[in-house]
Amino acid sequence: MTRFRRRRKTVVVSFAEHEADILANLLRNLVELLYDGLPPRATESSDPLAALLDSDGPTSPPEDVVLQRLLPDAYKQDDMASSEFRRFTERGLREGKVTDAKRVLSALEESGADEIALEPDEQLSWLRALNDLRLAIGTRLDIKDEDDYSTWEKLPDDDPRRLTYDLYDWLGYLQSALLHNMR
Amino acid sequence: MTTAPSELESAEVDEAIELSPPWVTVVWNDPVNLMDYVTFVFQTYFGYSKQKAEKLMLQVHQEGKSAVSNGNREAMERDVEAMHTYGLWATCEKS
Repeated sequence: MTRFRRRRKTVVVSFAEHEADILANLLRNLVELLYDGLPPRATESSDPLAALLDSDGPTSPPEDVVLQRLLPDAYKQDDMASSEFRRFTERGLREGKVTDAKRVLSALEESGADEIALEPDEQLSWLRALNDLRLAIGTRLDIKDEDDYSTWEKLPDDDPRRLTYDLYDWLGYLQSALLHNMR
Repeated sequence: MTTAPSELESAEVDEAIELSPPWVTVVWNDPVNLMDYVTFVFQTYFGYSKQKAEKLMLQVHQEGKSAVSNGNREAMERDVEAMHTYGLWATCEKS
């Protein structure tokens, strides 16, 4: 059972060992996905200006639906502007998400089954990483706005989506519990 | 697109700009993000009061979208990028 408690501005979280393992595995998959398909950064020798301006990023949306949700277009009806925005920001966005995920990951790896004390800036990384995991799983499950939540809650045990939905639900609990113990 | 009423509270803002901000950051509803988290992001990133942040969150939730900030295009692109960092689905729009 995961437990959260507040100690002044610090939030202390403790996981059962198997829970820490599950979360760590989800984060490793996320990091791998975020690295996937990202062209290597232009080196100094190839194009110093592009490297300096950080303008060597991708110009079209990723093919994977999860990445499309994590790295969305910035303009609804202007592909050209979306493409330019992506070129300058997508790499940084991916790197930021990887940084958050890795931060949570190393805290889990270091603590084992012990308590993890999260300072305010770490709490932000955790919130964002938990949210990215929920977005990834929610997108894979194809959860829609118009869905009746009770149908998800009542998936039969033998439904192949059951376990994934339970994980999604658990991540929501973690994020919500962390949020309510902050500040 | 509606402007949040609390935007109009600031008396120092130039009236012409306030009536017609050139660009807005629009946050769109999605089925995944928790309502409390969205409110938290509006408070944390934009520095909005809890009341204003909740109002915007509810607008996103009930009307499908909300213009959460306005200004020049560059500033709105920064806001959109920040929203994406937090996992919110945001776009830049001409107001």
